[in-house]
Amino acid sequence: MRSLILAATARFLLPILFMFSIFLLVRGHHLPGGGFVGGLVAAAAFVLYGIAHGVEEARALLRVNTISLLGVGLLLALASGLLPLAGGEAFMTGLWFQHPVPVLGKLGTPVIFDTGVYLVVLGATLTVLFNLVED
Amino acid sequence: MEILLAFLIGGLYAAGFYLVLGRSIGKLIVGLVLLGQAANLLIFTAGGLTRAHPPIVPEGALEAQPPFADPIPQALILTAIVIGFGVLAFALVLVDRTFQRVGTYDTDDMTSTDA
Amino acid sequence: MKSLLVMPIVLPLAAAALCYLAWPWRRVQRLVGLLGAIGLFAAGWALLAVVWTKGIQSVQIGGWPAPYGITLVADLLSALMVALTGSMGLAVMVFSLFSMDPGRESHGYYPLFHILLMGVSGAFLTGDIFNLYVWFEVLLIASFVLMSLGGERAQIEGGLKYVTLNLVSSALFLAAVGILYGEAGTLNMADLAVTLRGSGQTGLVDTLAMLFLVAFGIKAAIFPLFFWLPASYHTPPPAVSAIFAGLLTKVGVYALIRVFTMLFVGDTGYTHAWILWAAGLTMVVGILGAVVQEDVRRLLSFNIVSHIGYMIMGLGLFSPLGLAGSITYIVHHIIVITNLFLISGLILRLRGSYRLAGLGGLYAARPLLAFLFMIPALSLAGIPPLSGFFPKLALVKAGLEGGQYWLVAAALAVGLLTLYSVIKIWNEAFWKADPGTREGPLHEQTDAGTSGAPANRPLWGWFAPIGVLALVTVAIGLAAEPVFEVAARAAEQLLHPEGYIQAVLGGGT
Repeated sequence: MRSLILAATARFLLPILFMFSIFLLVRGHHLPGGGFVGGLVAAAAFVLYGIAHGVEEARALLRVNTISLLGVGLLLALASGLLPLAGGEAFMTGLWFQHPVPVLGKLGTPVIFDTGVYLVVLGATLTVLFNLVED
Repeated sequence: MEILLAFLIGGLYAAGFYLVLGRSIGKLIVGLVLLGQAANLLIFTAGGLTRAHPPIVPEGALEAQPPFADPIPQALILTAIVIGFGVLAFALVLVDRTFQRVGTYDTDDMTSTDA
Repeated sequence: MKSLLVMPIVLPLAAAALCYLAWPWRRVQRLVGLLGAIGLFAAGWALLAVVWTKGIQSVQIGGWPAPYGITLVADLLSALMVALTGSMGLAVMVFSLFSMDPGRESHGYYPLFHILLMGVSGAFLTGDIFNLYVWFEVLLIASFVLMSLGGERAQIEGGLKYVTLNLVSSALFLAAVGILYGEAGTLNMADLAVTLRGSGQTGLVDTLAMLFLVAFGIKAAIFPLFFWLPASYHTPPPAVSAIFAGLLTKVGVYALIRVFTMLFVGDTGYTHAWILWAAGLTMVVGILGAVVQEDVRRLLSFNIVSHIGYMIMGLGLFSPLGLAGSITYIVHHIIVITNLFLISGLILRLRGSYRLAGLGGLYAARPLLAFLFMIPALSLAGIPPLSGFFPKLALVKAGLEGGQYWLVAAALAVGLLTLYSVIKIWNEAFWKADPGTREGPLHEQTDAGTSGAPANRPLWGWFAPIGVLALVTVAIGLAAEPVFEVAARAAEQLLHPEGYIQAVLGGGT
């Protein structure tokens, strides 16, 4: 059952929700938000699109395999934990660049970790939901 | 407040165990979720109920504004909720598959692997 | 040193992540899976060597100081368990490469296997009780999926029981952690050890101890909480059964040993008496369940339950000799039971069934397999000079010293019945003539894990891990002295946790 209203709305909502998820991810280090919530919002955006236009279309829009997304996220999070080891610090110690970058704010390993979490949550949620819907 | 929450936690545990002991696997999942929520609420209550500020250091300050809430129970509950979310996703798929493979929601018909 | 301590967690995670990246390419996943297992094996033994020579190691994750951040600690027991995890991971990984069907391989068997290993290693290494809960969940979720991967009916039914009981146990564990935090105000195990020793509230601490005993008891499968185990361990493919049998219940036993030597030692007359009762009943009820079974893997499943009793018997006795006996027993049992489950997989491959009635003639057809079966089987029963004899001897001696004569009598009787149960497999599967008919008793529902098992892969790949593990069993039996020395020192560290507390709280970075 396809609804014209839902299909039209989803097309507009997808980019807005997606931008909002990035916003949540970036502000998350010092304020409420973060990779987990951001990932869930992004997943919700794609799931909404999938409900409106079919899972096949949503997968095509995503381009990459949801499970590969999960793998990239895990590797990013792991890398952010391993970076401090090179400097002789303990595993997962937060390292920060001294100078903040415009728009994004201060950058450091926790931001990489959060991005990893974002991708893992997005990948895992979409894998589960797409498979459930396709059954 | 503690008394009220204690009764609520007790009620959640009772409802959770009642549903887990029933025969329907759909109710089984709901029961497991309730047990998890009861545990979360128990952590929340046992960690101490206070009326306080969030434990976030404001911009420009060096420490959070006292009195601030203990962040540890919140962190524990948050972790437990996230884990519960993952487990619930798996459990739902499992129930779905169980119905497809076994053709019933009744646990009494699932005794072929019992010793 | 800091980096070595996190390697048993980092390496499996990296392997799992790479496997997910290489999702469409099964060959790459197989290669990454094998390399990850080799890495974990090397890291585990390197860690054990470091802990043996330099004492207890600890690292504060993220550089946050001890009672506030999460600490990873490796004392001898932890390091020994991680080394064994690496060894079993490698053995079962090699077995999987030759025995896992392509369907399961391409649906994420290898990444899940590594996430399971990561959870097990993390549980052994963490020094924080809530973090222990998190690692339990990690390994549980991986095991849930491994248990039901493939979706055969028996797997689903067994998986549902496994999932339910373990989730109930997790909920109890979480509640216990919450009350513990409310009471002690800390979650760091070393800090808790200090706090609980200072508090005079035996009533509440005893209640907490019992809550932990039930929560970990479900995971360790002690009496009367073990029924999920024989209802589910015989349903997945043999490689999965083998790694579950070898490692998962031992994580529960490890957690019991950890909390009942570090935290709850104020009232041992009460708490450890319960453990002794549970130990005796677990042994007896488990083995009585085993001797009547007609299915190879069910029989072995009940044997796991029964032998968990021995492992917690030493904990209940709470003496240096008893704990050392328990630790040696864990080492021996992990190796032997993993091997027996791998052998059951080989029997399935050769004969197409686990049902004893439908088996036979394997001694005539495969004398090498019969020989390789006898080594772990007799070791399980505790026949000298194999690896099972010496820990049992230590436990019996410790039991006599502790005046627990009935428990010792039960332990010896259970040893005899264990011998009976493995001889039953020997008589039915190896010695009696091949009945010829495979149909009849082979009923589809319990013989899960058979579909699509690749018959074209070479048999030597199945024999190699079995042979190596059998060799290790013989080697441990012949060189029991050094193994027992490690276990004795690990027990010493457990009974005198000052070193552990010092390593975590006292300036260790």
